[in-house]
Amino acid sequence: MAVTWTDSVKEIAGCKLHFSRAGNGPTVLILHHDIGTPDSLPFYDALAQKFDVVIPHHPGWGKSERPGWLRHPRDIAAIYSWLLTDLGASNVSLVGLGFGGWIAAEMASQSPAAYKRLVLVGAMGIKPPEGDIMDQAIVSYLVYPQSGFHSEAAFTQVYGQVTTDQLEAWDIAREMSFRVAWKPYMYSQTLPHLLGGIRSPALVIWGDDDKHVPISAAHVYEKALRDAKLTVVPECGHFAEMEKPEVVASLVTNFISN
Amino acid sequence: MHMMYFTEQPMATYDAKAGLDFGATALNFSNKYFDPAEGSRLYNEYLEEYVLAEECGADGIMLNEHHNAPFCMQARTNMFGAILAAATKRVKIVFLGNPLPLTENPVQLAEEIAMIDMISKGRVVSGFVRGGGQEQLANGVNPAYNRERFIEAHDLIQKIWTEPGPFRWEGTHYQQRTVNPWATPLQKPYPRVWIPGVLSKETVIWTAQQRYPYIALNTSIEATKQIHATYDAAAKDAGYTAGPENFGYLIRVHVQDTEEKALQNARQFMWMQGEFTGLANPVWANPAGYFSPSGRRGFVEFAVGRAINPRGNPTFEQQVADTMIVAGTPSQVIEKLKYLVRETRPGIMGIWANDGSVSREDRRRCIQLLCGEVMPAIKDYGASLGLKDPWEANAPVHLRYSTDIPVRKVAAE
Repeated sequence: MAVTWTDSVKEIAGCKLHFSRAGNGPTVLILHHDIGTPDSLPFYDALAQKFDVVIPHHPGWGKSERPGWLRHPRDIAAIYSWLLTDLGASNVSLVGLGFGGWIAAEMASQSPAAYKRLVLVGAMGIKPPEGDIMDQAIVSYLVYPQSGFHSEAAFTQVYGQVTTDQLEAWDIAREMSFRVAWKPYMYSQTLPHLLGGIRSPALVIWGDDDKHVPISAAHVYEKALRDAKLTVVPECGHFAEMEKPEVVASLVTNFISN
Repeated sequence: MHMMYFTEQPMATYDAKAGLDFGATALNFSNKYFDPAEGSRLYNEYLEEYVLAEECGADGIMLNEHHNAPFCMQARTNMFGAILAAATKRVKIVFLGNPLPLTENPVQLAEEIAMIDMISKGRVVSGFVRGGGQEQLANGVNPAYNRERFIEAHDLIQKIWTEPGPFRWEGTHYQQRTVNPWATPLQKPYPRVWIPGVLSKETVIWTAQQRYPYIALNTSIEATKQIHATYDAAAKDAGYTAGPENFGYLIRVHVQDTEEKALQNARQFMWMQGEFTGLANPVWANPAGYFSPSGRRGFVEFAVGRAINPRGNPTFEQQVADTMIVAGTPSQVIEKLKYLVRETRPGIMGIWANDGSVSREDRRRCIQLLCGEVMPAIKDYGASLGLKDPWEANAPVHLRYSTDIPVRKVAAE
C-alpha cells in the first residue's frame, strides 16, 4: 500500500524543526543517523503501514534549522520531548538509528516510564568496551557512508550515483555531529549509569558487520537496560534499516505491536 | 620595511618513501619515522641559523607551529620564541602565530607571551592564527568552533593585556573566574599583533577591523591584490585608510653564489610533493565546520576527487616563472623581489628561505647572502617606494588606539 507522507514544520526552542509524518496507529518516533536521512526509505514506509510514524530532521541536519546554541545530543532529546508534547502524542515508541539511538536513549533515561517501546539500532551514545566508534573526521565523505554498509550494492541501492547536493548534506551533517558530539566522540560518560531506570521494554538491533559502532556496545545496552533483548542481523552493516529494511522493519513492527 | 627570516624547520631526514607508500605525510603518518637524534641535531642547527640571521642583518625571525608532520618540527611556537628571547639581542621575535583555537587556557598563553616579551626586552610580535584543519584534529580541538574560539580567545587575551585583573570571563568557549595573570607584556599597550593567512576572506575582514597587519602567506600576486582590496574596503568601513604598514607578504626565496646551485636547492620547496603541509586527505585540511560555508560546495567536490584542487598544484618551473618561488644569485633575487614588492607593496616581508633537505653549509650561505645583501637592497628599494613597516609608520597597535579616527559618540540610551 502506497504511503503518503506529510511534511510539517514546528518552531521549537527558537528553531524551525522539519518532520515528516504518515500512517495511523500508535505513534512511533524515528530518529535518524549522524549522516542524516534520505527523504524516503522502504523501512519508513513499512512502519507507516502499522503506525503513526513521525520522522524529524535533527536540528541543524537536513531541512531543520541549526540552533547555534546546541551542544549535546541531550539537547536534541529535550527538543523531541517538546515536539511530542506539542503533537499531543503519548505512549510513543522510540526507534533510534545509530546516532539517533543515542538521542532515543537520552529521552528514555530522562522519562523512564514515558515510552511504550524503545528500539536501538546500532546505537551510539556509550563507549564500547572493545573497539572505538569510527572517527568520521579522518575519512572522506564517501568512505564514511559506504563503510556503514556490509555490501557495496546496498549502498548503491540507497544512494545511487551520489550527487553534489548529497555530499554537501553529508558535510553539514558531519559538522553538526562535531558541534554536538566532538569530545568524547559520539558517546556520553554518564548515559550508561542512567539507563537502568528505563521501564520501557527495549529491542537492541545490531548488524553483524557494523564498522561504525562495535557490537560490544550492544552488549552494554542489553545489560544496562532492565528489559532488553539483542538481535544481531547477519550480513548487515551499521545502517541496518537501509541495508536490510524488510528484516529490521519486521523485527521492529513485531516488537512494538506485541 | 621590516624583513624577516623564516623556515618551517623541516624534518628532512624522515623516510620519504614510507610517506609515499602510506599515501600521506601528515596527521596519521606514523611518528615512528621521527628520529630524535636527527631531531636534536636539526633543532640545534636551526637555532644557530636564527642567530646567524640576526648577525647578518635580518630585522625579525618569523616562527610558527604545526603538528603531526615532518614538514615542520615546531610543535609550540613559544618554545623557540623563548629560546630566541635569550639567544638573540636585536631581532623581533615574530610569532605567526600562536593558534588560538588550540588552547584551552588563553590566560596562560597570554602570560607566556608576556614572559617572552619581557625576557626579550620588548621584541615580541604576537601573531595569532586559526591553525590549519589538521592542527585541530592533531590536538583534539573541535573544528566547528574554530573561528568562534579564535575571536573569543583573542578578545580575552586583549583584555588581559589592557585591563588590570582580577576579572571574570564568562564566554561561550572559555570561562575563567579568576583572570589575574601576574606577568603582563613589557610593550604597551600590548605587543603588535599580526595575522597571517592564505585565503579566508572572513579573516582578512576581521583583521582589517582590528587594524592589525595581514600577512599573506605565499599567495600569488593576483590573490595578494584581492586580499588587499578586501582589507582596504573593510578598513574604509572601520574609518581608516590602509597603507603598506597593514600588509605583509611571505615568499619562498633561496639565494646562493651561483644560479645553478640556488635553483637546485630551491627545488626542495617542492619536497612535500608540492603540498605545503604534506600529503593529506583533503578532509584533514578542511574538517567539516572549519571552512567558510560559502566554500562548502566546491570543497566537497574536490574532497571526493570530482574537482581539481582549488589551489592547483603547479610545477616547480611554473612557480619560478610566476615568482611564487624566487631563486638565484643575490643580484638576480633582488631584481625579482623588487618586482614583487612593486606589485604587492608590503610594509612587512617574510622570506621563507630554506626547506627540505638543503645542506647545513648551503642553508648558512643562503642566510648570509639573503640577510647581508638581499634584505638591505630590498629595504632601500621599499623606502624609495614609501613602504613603511608598522614601527616606521607609527601605526596604532589596534584600531582602538587610532588617533586619525574621530571618536564615535555612543548612541544615547
